[in-house]
Parts: sequence; structure tokens; C-alpha cells
Amino acid sequence: MADHSHSHDDHPPFNHPAPIPLLIGVFLALVFLTILTLVTSDIELAQFAFPIAMVIATAKAALVCAFFMHMFWDKSFNVLFFLSSLLFVTLFIGMTLLDTGQYQDDIDSFPREPEATPVVAEQ
Amino acid sequence: MAVVDTDNILEEEHHHHEPFIAHHFDDAEQQFDSGKLGIWLFLVTEILFFSGLFVAYTLYRIHHPEIFEQAHHFLDKRLGALNTIVLLFSSLTMALGVHAAQNGDNKKCGLYVLITMVCAAMFLGVKAIEYSHKWDLGIFVRSEFSYHPHTAEPFHVSPYLIKLSVIPVLLLVGFIAASFFARASSKVALSKFMGGLAITVGGYFVGVLIGMTFMALTAENEHAQLESPSQAPLVLRALTLDDDKHDDGHADADGDAHADGDHSHADGEDHAHGDSHAKSPDLGRDVGIFFSIYYCMTGLHAIHIIAGIVALAWIYWRCLVVHWRPDYFGPVDYVGLYWHLVDLIWIYLFPLLYLID
Amino acid sequence: MASAEIRNKIFDTPETNYLNHTRGWKSWAFTLDHKRIGVMYLIGVTIALFLAGAFALVLRWHLFWFEGGFLSNEMYNQMFTLHGAIMVFSFIIPSVPAALGNFVLPMMIGAKDVAFPRMNLMSFYLWIAGTCCLAAAILSGYGLDTGWTFYTPYSIETSTGVIFATFGAFILGFSSIFTGLNFLVTVNTMRAPGQSWFKLPLFLWSLYATSIIQILATPVLGITLLMLIAERTMHIGIFDPKYGGDPVLFQHFFWFYSHPAVYIMILPAMGVISELISVYSQKRIFGYSFIAFSSVAIALLGFLVWGHHMFTSGQSPMVTLIFSAITFTVAIPSAVKVFNWLATLYKGSILLNTPMCYALSFIFLFGIGGLTGLFLGALSTDIHLHDTYFVVAHFHFVMVGGTLTALLGGLFHWWPKMFGRMYNDMLGRISCFLVFAGFNLTFFPQFVMGSRGMPRRYASYDPEFQIFHQWSTFGASILGFGILMSFGVLLYAAFYGKRCGANPFKAASLEWQSSSPPDFHNFIHKPILHDPYDFDSQVYDKDLDTYIPRELADPKTVPPRREPVHH
Repeated sequence: MADHSHSHDDHPPFNHPAPIPLLIGVFLALVFLTILTLVTSDIELAQFAFPIAMVIATAKAALVCAFFMHMFWDKSFNVLFFLSSLLFVTLFIGMTLLDTGQYQDDIDSFPREPEATPVVAEQ
Repeated sequence: MAVVDTDNILEEEHHHHEPFIAHHFDDAEQQFDSGKLGIWLFLVTEILFFSGLFVAYTLYRIHHPEIFEQAHHFLDKRLGALNTIVLLFSSLTMALGVHAAQNGDNKKCGLYVLITMVCAAMFLGVKAIEYSHKWDLGIFVRSEFSYHPHTAEPFHVSPYLIKLSVIPVLLLVGFIAASFFARASSKVALSKFMGGLAITVGGYFVGVLIGMTFMALTAENEHAQLESPSQAPLVLRALTLDDDKHDDGHADADGDAHADGDHSHADGEDHAHGDSHAKSPDLGRDVGIFFSIYYCMTGLHAIHIIAGIVALAWIYWRCLVVHWRPDYFGPVDYVGLYWHLVDLIWIYLFPLLYLID
Repeated sequence: MASAEIRNKIFDTPETNYLNHTRGWKSWAFTLDHKRIGVMYLIGVTIALFLAGAFALVLRWHLFWFEGGFLSNEMYNQMFTLHGAIMVFSFIIPSVPAALGNFVLPMMIGAKDVAFPRMNLMSFYLWIAGTCCLAAAILSGYGLDTGWTFYTPYSIETSTGVIFATFGAFILGFSSIFTGLNFLVTVNTMRAPGQSWFKLPLFLWSLYATSIIQILATPVLGITLLMLIAERTMHIGIFDPKYGGDPVLFQHFFWFYSHPAVYIMILPAMGVISELISVYSQKRIFGYSFIAFSSVAIALLGFLVWGHHMFTSGQSPMVTLIFSAITFTVAIPSAVKVFNWLATLYKGSILLNTPMCYALSFIFLFGIGGLTGLFLGALSTDIHLHDTYFVVAHFHFVMVGGTLTALLGGLFHWWPKMFGRMYNDMLGRISCFLVFAGFNLTFFPQFVMGSRGMPRRYASYDPEFQIFHQWSTFGASILGFGILMSFGVLLYAAFYGKRCGANPFKAASLEWQSSSPPDFHNFIHKPILHDPYDFDSQVYDKDLDTYIPRELADPKTVPPRREPVHH
């Protein structure tokens, strides 16, 4: 990291401050992406709306991870562990999803609780 | 096997080297690496903790897209976006705080951490406005869901908001008082600390005010939507109808909504009284499942924000008593990582809950 | 070469050790020492074992008569639920890792403590709190009758104390996460200089794999139980079909944790067995890296098979097929371990003392438990065997025949290290025989009953099964007595046993280089690192009457090395 903004000589090897201009740049990029996702949500994109929103969210998440969370400078072992959790979340969602379609009709035809307790909003 | 120096094999009796290195670590680097791996593993557990709710979300969205399409009409995109920006900004200040701690600049670090805490509280303030507005309309979890459309005056203070704000008010008074007492007994750091906490709680009320302003701006829109039922989403029509069925008397209280309900009666007829096993008659109530998931996800996230504020307060206190040095800044870094994770989860919650089309 | 003075200082029984360097209950209640926390955990899980074991005996005697004995049906339901819940959440999951692992793990890597001692103590107090919550379900008078699995929609509707119990399990989950996190970090960052991953004792590999599961799976249990609590209190409609929810989804959630949790229960036990088999054969473990990686493989495969608990729950055929196929692959790493243990025994100089007897029982019982699992993993046979006593017998062979046996074996192995005193080996072996015989007598008949269609969780049954139930009840009584006796032998030894030296068993892993009992800081010297299975690195010292590392021995008496050291 040649571009430490305040490189002190007394920094031990495990101390890598991220350059401030970079952090601010990342923040601005994140704000830009937030506005972008808002704008795209207003346009009629049919089936593409959801993937686009997710791609933007993932780009934001990647920026936060890489720079705010110092993953870019971190030990690869830590990064590996963290990212592997996503693999397990995918597995969890994927396998459950494969299954639950089968019996949705049974759930839909199950007799519902007839009357929900009416909740009267106080005014 | 390397040659063993058996003459110097006994450990020397030199316990205590450095004030901030625990006795069982060899040096600062080992301590830092352990803490860092520990917090990353903790974040892994957090992600899997939230994953259950993401699974529930995905399943219901895939199997009942109609519920989700209808439900998002009840969520205010702009408040969500506002909160996103607030959290992103708090992440920036947190990263700057870590930077300051890495350089041993406790003063700057304290300032940045304080800003982070204020943003966190602001986030909760906006959230309180969102929740209380929904509760006013009867938008609860599945079993309690009974939608009562009505439009409130701008800056109307909901009774739910008052309930939510009791604890912040008490905290605010308590922290201000504690700050003055600490100053009177010339405990400077403590006084500053309590002052900082008071400012943090103040952030909650700023959030509430900003949220109210946004609501006032959007109130016009909502009004227009309700007055032309043909424009209103299917679910609104189905729901207002449902509503009339079991509490006619109540709807009288707000004339506007009652009129809307009557309007939609004709439209909603076939939906509401069709085959009881078809999806549409339950659609209105099943929107409640979306809100069950919404409250679980945002509620759990809000609990994490509160936990974050507590952790940040601890960091803030240690800034005030000047603990951080270039070779000892671990806790700031760890709490920072946690804080960014809370931000990360929100980055996904925002499009998933607010931006459905 | 070290002088006799240094040798005595390092290896002789010390005046002050971790047990007596400070006194008073506060020095235990607020201790951050991993050894004391391990001992406290051991006391705790033993109490849980006896409590839940007493429930088991009551159940067995109730089933002695086909029309049921002295329990009402409701009482019976509550009792088997609490037997299961306490055994699983309060005993088996923390047993080997939190009690034995806590004591041994830092010493095996030459560290002074685990990475986060406060978190370690917190884990113990969370264990107490969680167990108390489970117990509160009994004491509150509500009981709990859902089975330890809390399946919806029954768990939403029953009037028993589901919230107490689920909250207890939630807290116990955090206790387990804290232990796992601590172990992972400790093994990663605090190994002795020069101790590479492949110089770790295999017990640590298995604890490491266990910790990975604890970190990845346990949070899912947390959120599942929170959602269940929300469902019960607020009817959020995620699991309750009355509100449009999906009850099978709960089973997916639950087993995403609870199947990997089965490996949290068995993996550490396998690690213990790897140590015992090698030490008491005095032979390098066969296929070190295969055993090491099979632990990791079991941990990861464990995440891919949860659906085999749901073959008859309305799960879709395709998913059922996938889960069934993957289930069979778990047999591979498990068999790799068993074959390697057997190969280690081959031509070893086997010492049949108490820990080795337990280890050999483990191999036999785990073998049966594992192989019967294949019948349950196969779709067609599972339809017949699902929810019968066959399942009950299968998982008891793994959990009791596996984990409990390994825990006892491990305790007999490390007891001299923990308390510096030796137990009566003959009584120990008798206890092992009683446990082994009683266990088989209890659960073999259950395989037979199960395959003939005796359903589990019934308070009364057809008369044709009575003879099997009676054998089973006799067996359970013998098993209970055997377990009681083994703990009796250990407890007596801890106070009145013969003093023993630092390394009475000629083991080569690092914990045996501390004195017995160890110093508060674990080692007063820099431990000398060897391959943990290179037993020739230890030589007998006459003055100390124990084995010490070759490098520190008196050069005049050191015998030459028997075999070249492999690297």
C-alpha cells in the first residue's frame, strides 16, 4: 500500500489504514448505485427488474466488503471463510426451493382461520 | 526435528509486558489476528442467522408473487432510500473512525464514531415513523392483519409513535442529566460520554422529524390513490371490502375511507365471494404474510442496529479515555466490521422489500 | 541435555496446579482458565446426562408392560420429549467439545488458553441458562410434549411450555457457537511455533470440523426457533397452515441445523477414538491425512443430507431422491475412519486398559450404528422403517454407542492428566463391559421390533412386542448401572486415586508434557514438538516413573530410536 494518506513509521505490519479519498469515493459510488436502483425500479422492466436490483445490490455489497471492511487488504483465509458462508446460504435456499413447490396446492387449500382478530387502529 | 535448546527451556517469569495484550497471547499481532478471525466468524454466523428469513422471503415470493406485488404498495420507497443513504453514510464515518484509530488519533475516532451512532439512531427514528404509520392502518403480521385505509393529517402523531418513543425520551433525559452530574463532579470523560449518548438519542428524534416530513410530502399521493379506486391496486380493494365485513361501525370514524370501501364493493365482489379455496379471497389477508416477513426482517435488523449502538458506545468511551494506538486498535476494527455487516444486510433488504414490481 | 533438576521441575507433580492455585467458589465461578471451565462443563453435562438418563429409565420401565405401566400418556409424551431435548441440547452437543475439548485443545497446541477466555466462560453460563430454561419447562408445570424436534403445527397448538423450551435451545445454540468460534480461532492462530496443520493431533482436526459446523449451522437453529416463538405468540403465518404458512418449511429449517448437529455430536467422538486407538496400540495412526480430511468431508457433506429426515413428510420425490443419494456418500468418509482405526490396530502393541476397551466398543457400536443408517437412507426401506424403533435403535447406536462411549473413553484417557491421579483399571474395564453389554441388550431388540413395525413414541403397544421391550428394559438398567459405575470409578480416583506422573500412557501429543495436574499456565517450559503419533519420541524416566520427551531425558539412559522418523 504505497498510498497511505498518513503513513506513520510506527505502524505494525497488521495495520493498513485505507486511504481516505478511496473511502469517500466508495461512499459516493454507493450513493450513486442507490439512486440508480431507485431509478430503475420506476422504469417498467418486467422480468428484468428483480435481477437488475439484485445485481446493483451485490455491487454495493462488494464495494462495502472490499474497502469499508478492508477485505481487499485482509488475509485471504478470513475472506474465504466469510464468502463460504454465502455458499451455504445458497445451498439452504436452493435445496428448500427445489422442494417446496410440490405441495403448495395443499397449503393453499388448507382451511384458513376464518376470522382474523380485527385490530382497530386507535385514532 | 530441530535441535532443542534444553538449557533455556523453562519459560521466564515475565508476566506483564503490555497493558493491552492479554496474558495468553504472545504479541500484539497474534492478538489482532485472533480477534479479526473471530469477528469474521461471528459475521458468518450473523449471515446464516439472517439466512432463515431470506429463505422464507424467497419461498413466499416465488410461490405467491401476487402477494408481493400487492404488498409493496404499502411501503414507502422514499423512506427506504433515505434510510439506505443514512446507513451508507454511517458506514463511511465508521470506516473513517477505524482509519483514525489506526493512526492513534483518538479524538477524531471519537468524533466519527459519534456520527456513526447518531446516524444509527436516525435510522431507527425513520423506522419508527414507518412502523407507526403501518400500525395506524392496521397493517400487522398475518393473524392481526386488518387494513383500515385512512389518511392522516400531515405531522399527525400516531399513538404508536408515542409508545415507541417513550424509551428514547427517558434515555435522552437520563443521559442529559447524567452528563450534567458528571460535569458537576468534574468527571470530564464521563460527562462527554453521557453527552455523546444524549446526542445519539437526539438523532432518533431527528430521524422521526425527517420521516414525518417525508410522510407529509407523500400524503398527497396516497390520497389520490385512494380516491380513484380503479387506480388502486387489487389488494386495496379486496381489503377495504374485507374490512367492511367485520367492523362497519369503526370505518365511520373516517368518512373518506368508508366511501372508498363502498366504491370498491362492486369491483371486489367476485374476488371476495368466489370459491373459498381460490387464492383471491385470501389474498387480502395473505398480504399479511408479506408483512410478517417484513416485520421479522426489519425488526431483527433493527435489533442489530441497537446492539451496534451499544457496541459503538463502548468504542466511543474508549476513545474518550484514549485507548487506541497504532498497535492496538482491534476493537474499533471489529465493531466496524459488525457495523458494515448491518449495512450490508440493509443493502439487500432495501430492494427486496421496497422495490418490488 | 537437561539436568535432573530441570526435569523434576517440569514433570514432577507440582505443589500448586490449576486446581489449587486459587481457592474459594469465586475463583471457580469467575475463572477464565480453560481447564477449570472444562471441568465445570464436565460436571454440568454429567448432571444433564444423569437427569435425562433417569427419564430414559422411567420410560423403559413404563414400557415393560404392553399396556403401559405407571405413566399417563401425557406424562409419557412429556418425558420422552425432555429426555430427547436435554440429551441432545444440554448433554451430547457440549459433551466432548466443551468438556474434554476445552481442557485438552489449548494444551495440544502448546497454548496458555483459548483465544477468547471470557467468551469461553460466557459459553458455560449460557449453557447453564439454557439448560435451566429447558428445566423450567418441567418445573413450570406445563411440561413439553412436542418431541425434541418441535415440529409445527403441533408445537404451535400444544398448551405445553414450548416457548420456555425453544428459548432454552436458542440460548444453548449460542453457547455452542461460542465454543466453536473459540476453538476455530485458537487452532488457527495459537499453534506452537513449528506446529503445522499436519502435526496437529487428529482430535483437533475433528474439533475443528465440528467448530465449522457449529458456526455455519447453529445460527439457523437460532432463527428457526425465534420464528417458531413468533409463530406461537403472534401467528406470523410462516409455518402455520391455518394462516397460509408452510409446516414442512419448518422441518427444512430445523434439519438444516439438526442434521449437521448430528455430526457435531459424533465428530469429536471420532477424534477421541483416533487418539485412543493410536496411543494404546503404540503405533503411528494409519492414514493420518485420510482421517483428518474425512472429518472435514463429513462436516461438509453433513450440510447436504438434511432432507433424509423428511422422506415421509410430503417432500417432493426429486428432492427425496437427491437427499437419499447424497446420504450414501457420508458413508465413505465414515468408513475411511473405521478402516484406518482397524489398520492402526493391526500389529500394534495393544494395551487393553479401560480407555482402549471403550475405544474398541466404540468401533463396534459405531459400525452397527453407521451401517443401519444406510437402511434408513435408502428410500424404499425408509418408508417401512420411518418412525419405528429401528430409527430409535439406529441413532442410539451412534449417539450412545458412539459419543457417550467415546466420552467415557476420553475421560479415562485424560483423567490422570486432569486430576493427577490414576483410577482402578479393573473396575474401569468392568464398567466398560457393563456399558457395552447393557447397551447391546437395550438396543438390539429395538432393531428387531422396529423392523417388525413397532412405532416409536407410543406409550403402549401390541402384546407381541412385549418380550423385546422387556429385554430392552433389562438392558437399559444394566447400561444405567454401568455408566453410574464408570463415573463412580472416575470420581473416586479424582480424590483417592494413586498419584501418577506427567505421561503414564506414553502418549506423544503436547498436553502430556505438562505436569499432572497441569500448572495454571499449562506449561512452565516451552513444550518440545514432535509428531503427535511418533511414540518413540517419548522415553521412560526411572526417577520420575513416567515417560518424558527424548530430548530432555538423561542421555546415559536413553535407548536408541527404533524407527526412522517420517516426515
